[in-house]
Amino acid sequence: MTDARVEDLLRDLAPQVLGALMRRYDDFAAAEDAVQEALIAAAEQWPEQGLPGYPRGWLIQVASRRMTDHLRKEQARRRREDLVAAQPAPDAVAPDTDDSLTVLFMCCHPALKPAAAIALTLRAVGGLSTAEIASAFLIPEATMAQRISRAKQKIKSSGLPFRLPTDAERPERLRLVLHVLYLIFNEGYTATAGPALARVELSAEAIRLTRAAHRLLPHESEVAGLLALMLLIDARRPARTHADGTLVPLAEQDRSRWDADTIAEGIALITETLPAGPTGPYQVQAAINAVHDEAKDAADTDWPQILALYGVLERLSDNPMVRLNHAIAAAMVHGPANGLAMLEPLADKLSGHHRLHAVRAHLLEMSGDETAAVAEYRAASNKATSLPERHYLMDRAAQLRRQAGPDVH
Amino acid sequence: MKYMLLMNTTDIGHPPITEWEPADVKAHIEFMREFTEGLVKSGEFVSGEGLALPDEAKIVTARDGGAPAVTDGPFPESKEFLAGYWIVDCDGLDRALEIAAAASASPGPGGITLNHPIEVRQVLSAPPDAEL
Repeated sequence: MTDARVEDLLRDLAPQVLGALMRRYDDFAAAEDAVQEALIAAAEQWPEQGLPGYPRGWLIQVASRRMTDHLRKEQARRRREDLVAAQPAPDAVAPDTDDSLTVLFMCCHPALKPAAAIALTLRAVGGLSTAEIASAFLIPEATMAQRISRAKQKIKSSGLPFRLPTDAERPERLRLVLHVLYLIFNEGYTATAGPALARVELSAEAIRLTRAAHRLLPHESEVAGLLALMLLIDARRPARTHADGTLVPLAEQDRSRWDADTIAEGIALITETLPAGPTGPYQVQAAINAVHDEAKDAADTDWPQILALYGVLERLSDNPMVRLNHAIAAAMVHGPANGLAMLEPLADKLSGHHRLHAVRAHLLEMSGDETAAVAEYRAASNKATSLPERHYLMDRAAQLRRQAGPDVH
Repeated sequence: MKYMLLMNTTDIGHPPITEWEPADVKAHIEFMREFTEGLVKSGEFVSGEGLALPDEAKIVTARDGGAPAVTDGPFPESKEFLAGYWIVDCDGLDRALEIAAAASASPGPGGITLNHPIEVRQVLSAPPDAEL
């Protein structure tokens, strides 16, 4: 078995092993460390010695041994060694329950800030090492280790039991899980500069984790919706940047470079999910991206359908960013003046946000007001928080100024 | 979100650190060490360095068709020099300002707090919009 295949298997098993340990020992922080140690041992031994007959059982046994060692040390400190000796060893072949889902809910804990939940999810559910997670976020390993350790302590002190959320808690807890997965996916788009080769592909990792969540929760329509959304956005990745890393806007992308298989999978998933309901924001966003992905070129885009979908999205989750995108769709259907009018009420809520200026610039450009558009592109580039996006906006301002001739400065 | 915290040497009415009592210098260095360690422990430290004094600085200016001009310090016309910086990865601007305020309160000569100005700048490390 190749190292890569061993690694894939280990990472699928990681949350299951952690779940099995949590059933036995109610100490999330220590159990998570023990699982990491077992994963490292397996990654060293399996490629050389071959797979054990029951890989999951092997990992549970090794992790349990580490856990027992840990508890013995802990309890020695409390001079209660005799109690440990009386504890039964956990079954190597644990009951075939998959606790991955409980682990996922635990990691996307309501007491954690997003950055902490992301790091812990990647380690405990994704089976990534601290070093891999640290390099993905371009921060030192020691900092990431502390972030993970604090997250685990916070979960421990929250006293939340290791079980699935109740029916009453479930919608809110699931919303948190999906938000964390979405943030991991989105973070993957930062990786345009720096030592990209050595980095874990965060978008691919988010898709893998969301796939697993969808397998465990096949009837949760928003999980399916989020997976479809990720697939439909990620399919455009090959066309999203030039070879030098500069961004290519959707309308100018070479659509022959889009990943047709991934688009087909995303469209099939959202087509199957939407009629089943209940409908949620991720499904609607997936549907919007499906419309983009189905268009053979930018001019072929079914903007009336996108406009209608933004209307639905706004009713489901009304926020300024949704309204901003709604305004673009309105401009594409009813003309730029209509879109610009929709931006007016957003000026206060999004004041200083680069996206408001960027959208305004785009709509002003459409309406032929080049002078105002250049000023808005410049304002947008000054406020951008992403370097590639800032470069794109600066370039846009410069191009437009040149096209417009000497009167526009 | 990542922010850079810049500590500039500005004239805020104290003698330079080279003229402080040894105990005050020690307290200042210890504060900086603990401050940085605190950022590692909170899971927010990305990087940080102190820079050599501006006396050692050089300024390089490329010149058309010739060797670049290299000027030695000190540079009396510049009132401010970067003394050191930290890059932190934290929840947002509010937290970055809180960290900067803590850095500002470093101990100075005679046990006073320096209340040194710290400039806070966002690092352009956010992901670009997916539907640009």
